[in-house]
Amino acid sequence: MLQPASESELAQAVRDASGPVRVRGGGTRDIGNPVAGEALSVSKLSGISLYEPGALTMVVEAGTPVAEIEAALVAEGQRLPFEPMDHRALLGTQGEPTIGGVVAANASGPRRIQAGACRDSLIGVRFVTGEGEIVKNGGRVMKNVTGYDLVKLMAGSFGTLGVLSEVSLKVLPAPDSAASLSVLGLDTERAVTALSAALGSPFEVSGAAHMTEDKDGPRTLVRIEGLPEQVSYRTEKLKTLLGQFGEVVADSDPASVAATWAAIRDVQHFAGKDGDVWRVSVKPSDAPEIAAQSGGSVFFDWGGGLVWVLVPPGTDLRARLGSFAGHATLIRASEETRAAQPVFHPEPAPLAALSAGLRKKFDPRGILNPGLMA
Amino acid sequence: MQMPTPDADILAKKTRIISLLQEVLPHDAVIHEPEETRAYECDALTAYKCPPLVAVLPSSTEEVAAVLKICHAEGVPVVPRGSGTSLAGGALPTADSVILGVAKLNRVLETDYDNRFIRVQTGRTNLSVTGAVEAEDFFYAPDPSSQLACAIAGNIAMNSGGAHCLKYGVTTNNLMGVTMVTMEGEIIEIGGAHLDASGLDLLGVICGSEGQLGVVTEATLRILRKPEGARPVLMGFDSNEVAGACVSDIIKAGVLPVAIEFMDRPCIEACENFAKAGYPMCEALLIVEVEGSAAEIDAQLGVIKQIAMKHNPVELRESASAAESAAIWKGRKSAFGAMGQINDYMCLDGTIPVSELPRVLRGIADLSTKYGLDVANVFHAGDGNMHPLILFDANKPGDLELCEEMGAEVLKLCVEVGGCLTGEHGVGIEKRDLMTAQFTDADMEMQLRVKDVFDPDWLLNPAKVFPLHVTAPRRERAQAAA
Repeated sequence: MLQPASESELAQAVRDASGPVRVRGGGTRDIGNPVAGEALSVSKLSGISLYEPGALTMVVEAGTPVAEIEAALVAEGQRLPFEPMDHRALLGTQGEPTIGGVVAANASGPRRIQAGACRDSLIGVRFVTGEGEIVKNGGRVMKNVTGYDLVKLMAGSFGTLGVLSEVSLKVLPAPDSAASLSVLGLDTERAVTALSAALGSPFEVSGAAHMTEDKDGPRTLVRIEGLPEQVSYRTEKLKTLLGQFGEVVADSDPASVAATWAAIRDVQHFAGKDGDVWRVSVKPSDAPEIAAQSGGSVFFDWGGGLVWVLVPPGTDLRARLGSFAGHATLIRASEETRAAQPVFHPEPAPLAALSAGLRKKFDPRGILNPGLMA
Repeated sequence: MQMPTPDADILAKKTRIISLLQEVLPHDAVIHEPEETRAYECDALTAYKCPPLVAVLPSSTEEVAAVLKICHAEGVPVVPRGSGTSLAGGALPTADSVILGVAKLNRVLETDYDNRFIRVQTGRTNLSVTGAVEAEDFFYAPDPSSQLACAIAGNIAMNSGGAHCLKYGVTTNNLMGVTMVTMEGEIIEIGGAHLDASGLDLLGVICGSEGQLGVVTEATLRILRKPEGARPVLMGFDSNEVAGACVSDIIKAGVLPVAIEFMDRPCIEACENFAKAGYPMCEALLIVEVEGSAAEIDAQLGVIKQIAMKHNPVELRESASAAESAAIWKGRKSAFGAMGQINDYMCLDGTIPVSELPRVLRGIADLSTKYGLDVANVFHAGDGNMHPLILFDANKPGDLELCEEMGAEVLKLCVEVGGCLTGEHGVGIEKRDLMTAQFTDADMEMQLRVKDVFDPDWLLNPAKVFPLHVTAPRRERAQAAA
């Protein structure tokens, strides 16, 4: 395994590579079509280079453990806005998740609906291209339209355009207080209607999920966060709003609210259960139909906009769903299954051509995670 | 401002180009008489002017595609134009270009409150997007100052921001999908009413690409429910440093205001003389606004006022009514008008790390002395996006050049302290030649390669964003191949 200890060593390693490399951080997100090649780890590029709580910005090396970043943020009462998913439980992987992996996967949790995805909090990157050139884009300020936005392009590119060496993030204050409200027994249609009502209210919902098979039957959940006065006010308002769908139970115990949403974020519901796990992004009101057509176990995050599906190994979920507006990604499956079908949703021809064109320009030799997203 | 020499072959076939365009568009949508094309000779950066060869105003995505196919086949550069409100010269034509205006594409195509999005044609103005949904108490969050006039097309091209992006983000954070026509005339759909990309985030790189990758004709935008209320508090301080420290402390305290606006003494004085808003005469003034129900606002402003008191404000005024809120905002909102009344001015747009505020304000003051030009500072302090207004006299020979020179130094200072050349206006023509202050050749090369993929012939919005010497080899190669 190649383990460069600096950005310039990383660039040298890429220049010296004579064949494909598998880019990795902590190795906890084995997502994508299987890739052959020598492992190239950025785990030694680690450390927080700059953290300015008063400017809500942080610059970190790509191999920095997420846990280290979160600890630094907690000490200042701040957090990563996009609540990145920890894939270890679901994928059964070991190791330390790194920020580079989070960015490469554009990993975003329940708060995506309010605070945006990882790509929305990413304000700067440094990376090494497939030719071993060191390139920066964006910076360390949160408003920046100078030149093309390659920052967004790098987020979610799974190391196929370049190897991230450093990322800059916008962070946010972590509110003092939070509450979780739930309604039991709703079917998927009613659940999405209830979640849409909550998300369309002025009460700044920061999480909206529906578990079809919770321990007491279906459970529909919303989360609110803020100053204690805000949370208590909005709890009452949302109790009234959601009351039309069923009895509303409020949970304001900080530890319990955090655990509930961490479980949703990490898809713990499907951890340890046999089968392939898919992640389907759709318009929220399409979620019930997707759920029905999938024929599998499902739960909804993002108010229905994100449908997690558990199906028997080897199932071609896209064939079951037919044509729909959105995309389905195979997050967990055996290597054989992932080798046999595209993990990422096939794009329409013109978009696939643009993506292929970009990969060719960023990595002309085709050595960075080749085929991972294809 | 240096521009490429117009292509003589293109100028020579003007008649042919007009007749080809008239085959696919109604005659009144093809504007070619010199007295008419002059209406398109500049945008809001009026210092630079050049009438285009032709201007076209298509009424549908298909017409846009037909125009682009012709221009592509004929090798004619195309300059996309929204409402022409760019402060960076983003829509400045070249003499051999076709201006492609999307102003007639202004319809709302779909509103969906359950799924919280609106789909519009991009010639629609920013404010009228909110106008289309406000009866249901929804709004579109990005709010550039020019929102009454500016088009969504231009907002997407420049990734426009506004006063409220500390809480709601900028255009790219609120854009879910686009219909775009490539320079070849192919209509493509990217994104939609669902979140995030299935593969590479093409939408992310198209937003903010200044009309150089394609012509966006339709957009799916996130809409939000309006907050129950909003209330500002005004604070005056006797130094810029103290005001800057107060901003930083408010942000750290865990309350996220929807806006934090900063004005320095020259700006306060000009606004006060112009708008009579009753501002205190002091060195620095902050307007901090929070949202929510009355009780939620009280709670948030309670925290904010407590922080402000620690910094010994010379004035702390909380609005107690809608009229008082309007009075607090009145001066700030008239800042540009007030400046325009006393002088010509150039509005800069650099962003800096908030912690560098005192240093940058001192640097700007020093430059002001050095150049003998007054500067007023008004900006979005929460996110470090500065708008120094350099005052000059357009009728005085050499003053504009002096002002540009000073502006360049201010922007270089922004970059030097860890910031950037432009926070929300875009590079356009204005800051094109400063790009080397922020980017290495390798940094720019990767951006140019993105352009190579989307527009291999380098025909879209020429001579913008990158210094001419950087793009020259590619433009010459493309021209030779044509």
